[in-house]
Amino acid sequence: MSDRLSTNLKIRRGRPDDPEQYEVFPFEYEAGQSVLDALRWIRSNRDASLAVRYSCINANACKECVMRIDGRTGYACTTPLRPGEMLIEPLPNKRLIRDLVTDTLPPDERLSEV
Amino acid sequence: MAQYLQTDVLIVGAGGAGMYAAIAAAETGANVLLLDKSIVGRSGATIMAQMTVAAAVGEEEPDDWRFHLRDTIAAGRDLVDEPLARILCQTAPERIWEMEEWGVGWARSGNHLTQAHAPGHDRKRCVYVDFLNTGPATSRTLRNQVRKYDNIRRVSDLIVTDLVTQDDRVAGAVALHLESGQALSIAAKATVIATGGLTGMYNRNSASANMGGDGFALGLRAGAELIDMEFVQFFPIGHLAPRLIGMDPIMWDPFRYKLGGRLLNGNLEEFTQNYGTPEDGKYVVTRDTATYAIFKEVEAGRGSPHGGAWLSFEHIAEADLRAAFGPVIDRLAKNGIDLTKMAIEVAPIAHYHMGGLRTDDSLACNVPGLFATGEAVGGANGANRLSGNAITEAFVFGELAGRSAAAFSGQAMPDIREAAKPLLAMIEATANRPGDGMTPTAAIAKLQGIMQRNVGPFRTRAGLQRALEDLSELAVALPHMPTGSAPTFNQQLADWFGLRNMVLVAKTIATAALARTESRGAHQREDYPGLDEDWANNQIIRLEGDEIELSRGEVRRLAKEEFVHE
Ligand SMILES: Cc1cc2nc3c(=O)[nH]c(=O)nc-3n(C[C@H](O)[C@H](O)[C@H](O)COP(=O)(O)OP(=O)(O)OC[C@H]3O[C@@H](n4cnc5c(N)ncnc54)[C@H](O)[C@@H]3O)c2cc1C
Ligand code: FES
Repeated sequence: MSDRLSTNLKIRRGRPDDPEQYEVFPFEYEAGQSVLDALRWIRSNRDASLAVRYSCINANACKECVMRIDGRTGYACTTPLRPGEMLIEPLPNKRLIRDLVTDTLPPDERLSEV
Repeated sequence: MAQYLQTDVLIVGAGGAGMYAAIAAAETGANVLLLDKSIVGRSGATIMAQMTVAAAVGEEEPDDWRFHLRDTIAAGRDLVDEPLARILCQTAPERIWEMEEWGVGWARSGNHLTQAHAPGHDRKRCVYVDFLNTGPATSRTLRNQVRKYDNIRRVSDLIVTDLVTQDDRVAGAVALHLESGQALSIAAKATVIATGGLTGMYNRNSASANMGGDGFALGLRAGAELIDMEFVQFFPIGHLAPRLIGMDPIMWDPFRYKLGGRLLNGNLEEFTQNYGTPEDGKYVVTRDTATYAIFKEVEAGRGSPHGGAWLSFEHIAEADLRAAFGPVIDRLAKNGIDLTKMAIEVAPIAHYHMGGLRTDDSLACNVPGLFATGEAVGGANGANRLSGNAITEAFVFGELAGRSAAAFSGQAMPDIREAAKPLLAMIEATANRPGDGMTPTAAIAKLQGIMQRNVGPFRTRAGLQRALEDLSELAVALPHMPTGSAPTFNQQLADWFGLRNMVLVAKTIATAALARTESRGAHQREDYPGLDEDWANNQIIRLEGDEIELSRGEVRRLAKEEFVHE
């Protein structure tokens, strides 16, 4: 079995009007695991209230998991974890909804438009 | 006051089937509301599919829908609903050409479409979009078509939590809006369940996050019947380790077709010969034998480190790997995988569900006002599905359900304000519950373990009974689980509604699997090996109060002359 590595995910939390707030989650992993693997594990094992949008998990087909990772825009499901600390934030140029979720819907697919 | 919407046709789920249904219903002039719990056209199985779509278009060699039907019926081990399968096979070419007109871009060679010869088909029948791009291309095409209709409204992030029934019919639904946390109701003259499959209930799966079988629970609670729930198809060589990202876990299938590869146990020995089929470096071992052999080796302590088998291409020259899979080899390298130097680990993963809502030939359920489509429909593939038939099913049944629902919607708009009240109140009472103990998010992982362990590809009476007990424990815990405090994008609450459905649907699978004392297709009982002629029946499930009621039904068959083609 491959060796366990460890990292700390520093995650931006909160809703638009909350004061800026980060929370750090340590995570042990095997080489090759993705940022999304860590976020899903956190939701199941540490804090189910962490909001993060994703659907396809592996295929990189849905393009829903886009966020800021270490200051760069990327997909959580295709970004490998690395040891040390990783900074995970919502997209800066979209309206913040909660935690890592921003308003990435096509405008005419929002409920408010119906 | 909760928001109140009205529509002629409500479509729950916007994968391939839901989008096709929306187009067909809108074509008749009906107003359509197309919803998805995540993002319209992105969130289900359709966009993830990489392989092929089966249809007797006869481009590569002469073909006829009757041949396709014959293969579909043979694969389904005597349980195929033949009238539904006929619709599937007979209408498939029409849908393929319609998609071509809409610009999907099926792979071509010269002046004809290329068709692959997938296992179980008697000839080259399966169209596709290069390279491994069938799902994304078909999803994009359908999204573009849907956008052309002013009478289709699309809404993302809307989770349907219950159907609303009144006057003995389905008259709409209630839903939770994920972003705002608001509950709302939707009056509809006709409602179509297009929520896809349920393989997300297993911990080894190829599913997206939204494939927990919602539609089956929605239907059951509204009085609809389910059929063939025990038949969950496992894909034998799903990727297990090392972690591989940005790639579909079923990607090794094309590798096996083109290059063979060796399947080895934890001791690095070939083993399939001990289960009846030697490997010989070719890909001749059928899905069920491979699944069984891997399962048995792991059980005997001869599994690979992560609990599967090794798949090795180390004996194949790098040049041959490159010739067959060029860019994919680079993507593997990015994941630290060099197939010339290492084997990877594979294991059976839940991939498709044959069972589902029981319908007639118009895809109407037994409750008036309710229709089903796509993977959510049971019957057309019997006990085992042919490769390529599932996307075909999404297109063909999508178009048909949309038309049928629109035809049904010529009556007065129901007023569901009263009938929706208790269901809206239930959403509100569930939200914001401090609760105690396990979160629904953690409980979903637990349920996936229960299903994988005891309701997976190989089943026993003791295991199934154990699973039913474990599921009952989850059902008891459900009303006390914490659902998160903030209303905005509360996925913990969404998980609770998902889990509520999963517990019910998991029970239907285990109950049907326990009753079926034989092995057939995707349902294999260790304690009842072999097919039993007396079991050539469907099992039908309905809900009586909170109890699951199981009965047997005759398989619907065609007269032979209707599909034998000389
Ligand atoms: C990885 C993978 C590869 C595959 N490859 C192939 C292939 O090559 N060939 C083939 O024939 N088949 C393949 N299949 C199977 C095939 O893709 C599916 O059977 C088919 O796409 C199902 O289409 P659908 O529209 O019924 O469901 P889906 O595409 O799964 O769509 C269902 C939608 O319903 C939504 N939904 C669910 N519940 C709710 C709710 N409560 N409220 C609102 N919305 C809801 C979901 O978010 C989702 O968007 C594959 C499947 C997978 C998972
Ligand atoms: S989860 Fe689908 S692209 Fe990342």
